[in-house]
Amino acid sequence: MILTAHELEIGYAARSRRRSVAAHLNIELHAGELVCLLGPNGAGKSTLMRTLAGMQPPLSGVVQLEGEDLHRLEPAALAQRVAVVLTERIDAANLTAYELAALGRHPYTDWSGRLSGVDEEKVRAALRAVGAADLAARPVFELSDGERQRVLIARALAQEPRLILLDEPTAFLDLPRRVEMMRLLRDLAHTSGTAILLSTHDLDLALRMADVLWLLASGGTLSVGLPEALVLEGAFARTFPDLEFDTLRGTFRIEDAARGTVGVRGSGLAAVWTVRALERIGFAVRDDATLCVEVEMRSDATVWMFDGVEYHALDLLLAAMRFPI
Amino acid sequence: MSLPSVSIDAQRGLRVAAWPRVGVRTPLLVGLGVLLACLFVVSLAVGSVSIPLGDILKILTGSQGERATWTTILFKFRLPKALTAVLAGAALSVSGLQMQTLFRNPLADPYILGISSGASLGVALLVLGGVTVSGAAFLGGLGLLGSFGIVVAASLGAGSVFALVIFIARRVSNSVTLLILGLMFGYITGAAVSVLLYFSAPQQIQAYLSWTFGSFGGVTWDQLTALAPVVGVGMALAALTVKPLNALLLGEHYARSMGVNLRRARLLILVSASLLTGAVTAFCGPIGFLGVAVPHLARAGQRGADHRALMPLCALLGASLALVFDLIAQLPGGNVVLPLNAVAALFGAPLVLVIILRRQSARGPFGA
Repeated sequence: MILTAHELEIGYAARSRRRSVAAHLNIELHAGELVCLLGPNGAGKSTLMRTLAGMQPPLSGVVQLEGEDLHRLEPAALAQRVAVVLTERIDAANLTAYELAALGRHPYTDWSGRLSGVDEEKVRAALRAVGAADLAARPVFELSDGERQRVLIARALAQEPRLILLDEPTAFLDLPRRVEMMRLLRDLAHTSGTAILLSTHDLDLALRMADVLWLLASGGTLSVGLPEALVLEGAFARTFPDLEFDTLRGTFRIEDAARGTVGVRGSGLAAVWTVRALERIGFAVRDDATLCVEVEMRSDATVWMFDGVEYHALDLLLAAMRFPI
Repeated sequence: MSLPSVSIDAQRGLRVAAWPRVGVRTPLLVGLGVLLACLFVVSLAVGSVSIPLGDILKILTGSQGERATWTTILFKFRLPKALTAVLAGAALSVSGLQMQTLFRNPLADPYILGISSGASLGVALLVLGGVTVSGAAFLGGLGLLGSFGIVVAASLGAGSVFALVIFIARRVSNSVTLLILGLMFGYITGAAVSVLLYFSAPQQIQAYLSWTFGSFGGVTWDQLTALAPVVGVGMALAALTVKPLNALLLGEHYARSMGVNLRRARLLILVSASLLTGAVTAFCGPIGFLGVAVPHLARAGQRGADHRALMPLCALLGASLALVFDLIAQLPGGNVVLPLNAVAALFGAPLVLVIILRRQSARGPFGA
């Protein structure tokens, strides 16, 4: 167990005013775990991350880092155990990827920041671990978003922390890079034994990759559990009340069923994607609907039957259903 | 879609031929040191009376030159002036570097942020305010104690403006705003000085104005014994800021997450930069452009952004450039000496323009 907090209350206290964001949080982070924090904007994800990173004190309760009060640790001692990767823009002219990663050795070096042989070896190992060794000599401003993110993670690894906190590490990446990033983080957590906590809006990836999910709802309720367990107990619906969560697919329903209900009969891939298409143009697909589309996979082609008419292409079916005569 | 796995990347890492080096580059520093030494000797030779290089070396090593007056000229005027230029150039450049990194602003320097103006106000309050008014020369007639008094007043003035800028910079993230703030501080302190001048004697006003033109000349050995140790202390403290400055390259949040005690780091930068700026401004007047230009030259001269390498580079380059500016200021007529700030602006302002334009074309200017 790396980090625990019992009945934690987070928020802001300025002079006499006190604004609580979330309370009664019970938190555990274990070694080698990838944890994803999800929740709507404004629920307090950032506040929670900042509190766990030691960047702001909790309103009440104690965050225990390996048995010690995280918020009472000296800056250097804290930096040896917790590293962060933020969404902040890095705007340092000339800084090379190697120098950036080497900054992670800060809590270990002397007053001048000189790297010892051991330090250099750790920096290299960190760059290798994230697959950024060949970027070492490149200036940071030349790197792509994904490359820079990996170098920043190498810097965090060079801190040799017990826990890494990442604020939306996939935010600026394209889909392949997002998948790559999540896999990298999962592998790092599993192989190095570091606990990794990241906040994200990438529900789909989080469901597939995280060992544990934290769902923070507006109002400050935190649901913790295996991704699948949270789906089963309906935690997603509670956390995102404005959206309809499709427990079967593990995604949100984003279509509104304005055109009424329809049934789909048939099997196979064609039936699955027919349902998708009908939902996209505004139908709710139910088994008990009176109207029904029949999908038939013939030897040479797929045929759709609706209202006594046979359609040989999906777009023709959709056109007919969109504008009924 | 190829996805990296940890093991594949470990192999990829092994193929890297040579890891880049971080830190000080000795050959470059040695080269600059030699350049500085050459410029130093040349600056001793050039002036209203030219002294041959050979004689300079003779006089410096203790023997007599061809003419006895040369010894006087060298020791009374040229040597203190060259030493002042070296100290001032190094001090302003190092504090410029500190400010650029602390505020993450490529145009920050003691002059632009109004910190030199703060130092001027400190000096003006002390001298024009009637605490130690004596004689016609602006800083003349002040003994060693007076010299230290001036340094203290200037450093306090510089420090108060710097503290204000730091205080406000934490609330405004936009770096253009910061520059405008510096400008405003400059105006406010300038106005305060004007009010003081209004109530001053004409010769004091004259002396004050010629002081604001900037000059390395006119600094006596007495004053140097105040300037040198203060700059020395400022430099030693600046060396201690190298590590936090490196971390601050990523911004304050990252710096803190890597174990930097931000409050202490800011205080250390404040004290060292104020001493460096204050001491130099007290004796040489507010000197522009060295502080902003030299760090950029230093960055251009080396790969990477490590302050352990940048800071000594800035000190050497700044000292050399100050000597060059001073040489240019005296070259034209032989007898006429141009105001140092005019020379600095003529060479420094285009450089700043280039910096701005290059950043504009690269991407979002000043990260705004």
